[in-house]
Amino acid sequence: MDAHPASTPPVSAAPRAGIRLPGVGVGLGRGLVVLYLSLMVMLPLAAVVDASLSKGLDAFWSAVTGDQALAALKLTVVCSLIVVAINALFGTIIAWVLVRDEFPGKGAVNALIDLPFALPTIVAGLTLLTLYGAKSPIGLDVAGTRVAIVVALCFITLPFVVRSVQPLLMEMDREMEEASTSLGAGGFTTFRRIIFPNLLPGIVAGVMLAFARALGEYGSLILITGNLPFDTEVSSVFIRSQIESGNTAGAAAVSVVLLALSVLMLIAVGIVAHRGARR
Amino acid sequence: MTASTPAKWGLRGLAFGYLGLLLLAPVGMIFYKTFEHGLGPPVEAMTSPEALHAIQLTLLMVAVAVPLNTIFGVGCALLLVRRRWWGNSIVDGIINLPFAVSPIVVGLSLYLLYGNTGWFGPTMAEWGIQVLFSWPGMVLASIFVSLPFVVRETVPVLREIGTEQEQAASTLGANGWQTFWRITLPAIRWGVAYGVVLTTARVLGEFGAVTIVSGSISGETETMPLFVAKAFEQFQEEAAYAGAIVLALLALTTLLLMSVGGRKAKASTTKEGF
Repeated sequence: MDAHPASTPPVSAAPRAGIRLPGVGVGLGRGLVVLYLSLMVMLPLAAVVDASLSKGLDAFWSAVTGDQALAALKLTVVCSLIVVAINALFGTIIAWVLVRDEFPGKGAVNALIDLPFALPTIVAGLTLLTLYGAKSPIGLDVAGTRVAIVVALCFITLPFVVRSVQPLLMEMDREMEEASTSLGAGGFTTFRRIIFPNLLPGIVAGVMLAFARALGEYGSLILITGNLPFDTEVSSVFIRSQIESGNTAGAAAVSVVLLALSVLMLIAVGIVAHRGARR
Repeated sequence: MTASTPAKWGLRGLAFGYLGLLLLAPVGMIFYKTFEHGLGPPVEAMTSPEALHAIQLTLLMVAVAVPLNTIFGVGCALLLVRRRWWGNSIVDGIINLPFAVSPIVVGLSLYLLYGNTGWFGPTMAEWGIQVLFSWPGMVLASIFVSLPFVVRETVPVLREIGTEQEQAASTLGANGWQTFWRITLPAIRWGVAYGVVLTTARVLGEFGAVTIVSGSISGETETMPLFVAKAFEQFQEEAAYAGAIVLALLALTTLLLMSVGGRKAKASTTKEGF
């Protein structure tokens, strides 16, 4: 059920040869793969990096540290941090209930967790706005506030921690817990000393994936946050406004910062996953 | 640890409460809003020329981007798992990149390549090829954001099934394509299918990247997600809700396929299942 599979351990142990691959030739196949990746992914990203530096390093720096850009970046990072903290707590609780608890309809609830991955982001935004917007039937209007950013980001990042903690919980050896309990440890002590340390790698990996995702989110935010500069404008919305006003160099500079942060997260996830796989 | 009864109910309450408030209630609400006045208004909204065109264009995105990424994904996974090469870890890293890139940055990157002043824009304009504000640009955006899924879902399955059967086929004289069609593909089909479902869902729903490269021209370059956003911004709530419902139903179908496909993929490769 790993719908965000960046956490799979890196590919290294490939067999040498011996199996015949479909007859386009390994060299040609490899060439096609590299060509496709270059055209579709690397070249576009290179254009962004190039545009960010097109007016020199000073221009890059002043674009990134401009008042509005910095405010947006701070808001994005702070909201994302709050969101991953919420995710760490509730994601772990949900994973626990899904693995250790028995209740009717468990399969359906388990499938529902992936809904935020399947639901288009614009629909997610509209959906939240219907319940928590100006016409809220329960009188809870958070539209246009920073709370709305946190709610929307919680929605779209929900599956990450659940899906990375679930397999760890399933694999966990219950004997350790039983030993701990039979030695007189209370429920909380057992959780703190035995369960939590075992789940930690999963929580960390899930949190980092969620953080990378939250940093760049756009679709679910535009309808519900009001996109007010210096107040509720996140970086992706800021980038869009810069593109529209013709400042592509500035847009590219902030993009590079976002990109660097997310790539760092992914690399860190790779290291955590690699360690986990070796353990 | 069998949690004591109050603790069990407390955790249950927290989990269900969170899921209910965040997922179920909002999604239920949008269904209620759409069908508040019966089936008529949403059906009417969805059969307007703009809406029909948006549906068509969305399907075109799927029809081009999904097969390309699937062929690439399976081929790439085969090379990563079955052949040792110094570049494998680099390719593997690059494949994850689209997960880390904001959709808006994807849009910007294509704009910088194919815009009037972009790297390729002027040359392509001379050749009479319009990429930006037209469907090719939107297809490129869709390919970018959905590129990793098939590779990511196929690699673990390929590694899991091992090479014994493929080697046996080779020994018995099967050529590469025969081995692939008769041995490898049947063994990895659920993993590939799972990847295809994820790719399709992502292409259907892509908003940020497409919004930048499309110009969002009604009846021309508007996909379903763009249609929903525009309808809402123009206070045509009925059309916005109806469009959102179409996309939400597609998402629920995806979910169903994911839970079936995911289970089959796991069951076909591991003993313990999911």
